[in-house]
Amino acid sequence: MAQSIDLGEAMPPSGALPSSVIEDVESRSWHGYVHIPFCRVRCGYCDFNTYTAAELGTGDGAVSQTAFADRLIAEISFSQGVIEKAGLPKRELGSVFFGGGTPTQLPAGDLVRIFEALSDTFGIAPGAEITTEANPDNVDEEYLQELRAGGFTRVSFGMQSAVPEVLATLERTHKPENVPTAVSAAKSAALAVSVDLIYGAPGETLEQWRESLRAAIELDPDHISAYSLIVEEGTKLARQISRGQLPEPDEDLQADKYELADAMLTDAGFAWYEVSNWAKSADRRSRHNLSYWQSQDWWGYGPGAHSHIGGTRWWNVKHPAAYVQRLAEGVSPAHSREVLDRAVRAQERILLEIRTDSGLDIELVKAVNPDANRVIAAAIADGLIEPAAALHGRIRLTLKGRLLADALVRDLLG
Amino acid sequence: MSPRALTRLEPASTDPSQIRNFCIIAHIDHGKSTLADRMLQLTGIVDDRSMRAQYLDRMDIERERGITIKSQAVRMPWELDGKTYALNMIDTPGHVDFTYEVSRSLAACEGAVLLVDAAQGIEAQTLANLYLALENDLEIIPVLNKIDLPAAQPEKYAEELANLIGGNPEDCLRVSGKTGVGVDALLDKIVRTVPNPVGDPSAPARAMIFDSVYDSYRGVVTYVRMIDGKLQPREKIQMMSTKAVHELLEIGVSSPEPEPTKGLGVGEVGYLITGVKDVRQSKVGDTITNNAKPASEPLKGYKDPLPMVFSGIYPIDGSDYPLLREALDKLKLSDAALAYEPETSVALGFGFRCGFLGLLHLEIVTERLEREFGLDLIATAPSVVYEVTMEDGKEITVTNPSEFPTGKVKKVLEPIVKATILSPKDYVGVIMELCQSRRGSMIDMQYLGEERVQLRYTLPLAEIVFDFFDQLKSKTQGYGSLDYEEAGLEQGDLVKVDLLLQGEQVDAFSAIVHKDKAYAYGVMITGKLRELIPRQQFEVPIQAAVGSRIIARESIRAMRKDVLAKCYGGDISRKRKLLEKQKEGKKRMKMVGRVEVPQEAFIAALSTGEEKKGDKKGK
Repeated sequence: MAQSIDLGEAMPPSGALPSSVIEDVESRSWHGYVHIPFCRVRCGYCDFNTYTAAELGTGDGAVSQTAFADRLIAEISFSQGVIEKAGLPKRELGSVFFGGGTPTQLPAGDLVRIFEALSDTFGIAPGAEITTEANPDNVDEEYLQELRAGGFTRVSFGMQSAVPEVLATLERTHKPENVPTAVSAAKSAALAVSVDLIYGAPGETLEQWRESLRAAIELDPDHISAYSLIVEEGTKLARQISRGQLPEPDEDLQADKYELADAMLTDAGFAWYEVSNWAKSADRRSRHNLSYWQSQDWWGYGPGAHSHIGGTRWWNVKHPAAYVQRLAEGVSPAHSREVLDRAVRAQERILLEIRTDSGLDIELVKAVNPDANRVIAAAIADGLIEPAAALHGRIRLTLKGRLLADALVRDLLG
Repeated sequence: MSPRALTRLEPASTDPSQIRNFCIIAHIDHGKSTLADRMLQLTGIVDDRSMRAQYLDRMDIERERGITIKSQAVRMPWELDGKTYALNMIDTPGHVDFTYEVSRSLAACEGAVLLVDAAQGIEAQTLANLYLALENDLEIIPVLNKIDLPAAQPEKYAEELANLIGGNPEDCLRVSGKTGVGVDALLDKIVRTVPNPVGDPSAPARAMIFDSVYDSYRGVVTYVRMIDGKLQPREKIQMMSTKAVHELLEIGVSSPEPEPTKGLGVGEVGYLITGVKDVRQSKVGDTITNNAKPASEPLKGYKDPLPMVFSGIYPIDGSDYPLLREALDKLKLSDAALAYEPETSVALGFGFRCGFLGLLHLEIVTERLEREFGLDLIATAPSVVYEVTMEDGKEITVTNPSEFPTGKVKKVLEPIVKATILSPKDYVGVIMELCQSRRGSMIDMQYLGEERVQLRYTLPLAEIVFDFFDQLKSKTQGYGSLDYEEAGLEQGDLVKVDLLLQGEQVDAFSAIVHKDKAYAYGVMITGKLRELIPRQQFEVPIQAAVGSRIIARESIRAMRKDVLAKCYGGDISRKRKLLEKQKEGKKRMKMVGRVEVPQEAFIAALSTGEEKKGDKKGK
């Protein structure tokens, strides 16, 4: 997850939620995110909330990776209290997602233990999607089998690129040849497989991107995510670019790469269902990620993790040491929160739902923008949204529209 | 320094024979304000402790730019041969644009200090002001300043001054405003040579308004020079042109801070406050008299200055329009040359077409509007007034290029100026080249001494309002100086170049240029805008056209990608805030049709500065 924002109001130490979170609760599903803030090394482009062993120190106040699962389990039991106090009904988890960092830095047994705590606390809905992100370098068949046996259903590999030069620019340390091995190990463990790709690293050519796409398709995964590289402020990559050591990403080339990805993935039988996500079939879409775009309820466990329940968003303190200490004191690990009003929630729905292939109800736009019809007509004329869908009251992005989604959202919001 | 005069003469009862009214004529940065500072200290009216540089330049802009915009009158005591005098120093602006302010100040004086930098010699506009001073029959005291500078050549320039105004080079005083050397001798000389004012103390009061300033605390502060009679506090006064009657709430002298007095008598210079808030009620050039016993004849009025350069001034935030109007109303009070009327631009919304004396005047007014009134403004490219005659005989006066008629034009008259350029002889070549390229024709060229040359040209005013002075300065490494005066109208082969964004005309960018320069202008402005306008969701053609003929074309390629790749649970709040920020940014855009044009693009495209060298990506 990207850097959390620091704006927002204070969270009460008890973590108590406003009464508004109960409204319409029966229309929302329930999900869990678990943040494992550990990496073996930090990649040059990464601004996620993650730490190497060296960064976390060894002396007093050091955060132990071995005891970390227990801390997360402490937050799980804390969350149970908060939810009960808010009067929210007990709901089974529709999905759980372990992200990072690198969750597979922890032993499989730790991940399973955390999942079991969630399962014991909330119950798991039938057919729930339980995913972990994984580094192709530090999982083997045994590890993956252990996850499968513990209830995991899906694994998402950070492949990023198949081209060694590109991986070097990104400072990814995994060996490209390890990816097929890891993927087939996951398949034999009966885990659904997703691979993540990044395009647009400085210096990456269109051909190199084609090669990565081809390699990913050849793995025959269930799901592929392809992200345009974002140069985040404060990363080593950003410094290298500002010093002129690496070229700035070219937005036009990025657009070419997106179009190439969509064409090759479509050809290979994948269908887009969100701006950066493609799946082999509807049932292999990431249900967990869809919950974000559908404004469902989820609790994010771990340092810096974000949560959302019924229009209240909050995020935990980022540093593992601070996180651990808060929980030890029985205090909410939240850094701050936002209680969104109706108008802001409507805005969020527009900017999130438009990203998906089911699109957006035009009525939502009309409710916030009196000039909606003019904007929608212009978007049809510019080829950003599907005319037929619009005539039936929905905004669905075309390929061109997906590339300009943010610009369109600004227009739609007026 | 200790003051020589220990007592001051009482205003309102000072004998005119003990009054000396003088001004200082000098080129910009020849050290007038510094010399004035020394006089304030030497006469003891500002003590060393409260002294600050350029004491009299009240406005921030004046002090920063080192030039005087507003004239002021300061009363200083001075003693010579056992007799005390009151010296009124009227500070005058020094720039070519402000000739009219100079002429008003000159009319309030009997003498003028001609101040020349001993390292640089006389400059063109000083010559112009000297000419005005002689026309007003002022006693001229030539003074060389900055004699402390190692590069000073007082002998050489004393010779030059003597050649110009007659007399001996030895009569030329040598001073240093910086060290104070020679300043006391200068004050002595002012007392000795400047004639004292003459007037009829028993005649009905007549006071000449030579300046008027708006003060946010006190309302209108009017500076006057008493010609006849006297004015006293609490009496009713009359503005002779409008017959409007006001009560004199306060009358006094500046020394240099305002000091209320029992009145002002013949020959005295001071200020008065009537409580008038409306800027148009205290007209510069008007004569003030006593309402009960009015004078029969007003003093010879001042010429109303004619604006030479026009520019549209628009608030960046359209809702600031009423504020802008108010601000202009206030500036108008202290700036008689500022003219304005409302106008509407398709691209820029509601604003004012403003008339200025010249480019510096334009810059100073816009800067004051922004600084003193907190406005964010766009000023369109400066233009001049054209007299257009149509084939059907209809005559049209064009002050805004976008109003240039589209039908059959028979002839266009444009204002011409007679320009005087002074420069060291080494730069004659480049100056001639510059003038030629600006459609100039030479009148004559003459040597002022061995080193310096005076070139005289007729030039279309339109050619010098844009960046002529900057060019002259850079081509002569700062040595060239310029003065110009109106020289009537002349026929020109002129066309209007329009700019079209996505086929829509952007009136703010229309320009009237010589036929041979239309193409170059078109290429320049389309190229500039291509760099300045961000990519949109569609391709934006930029065209320059003369009538229906396209003379230059550029295009801004459509933006292809504007989407955040990752938008998961932890990204949502950040993403929403980013969108809010972008929406704020959108508010600062002006819509031209569907094209979002940032305000900065208008400002940069209309600015006279060099194009930025930086290569913009992806265009």
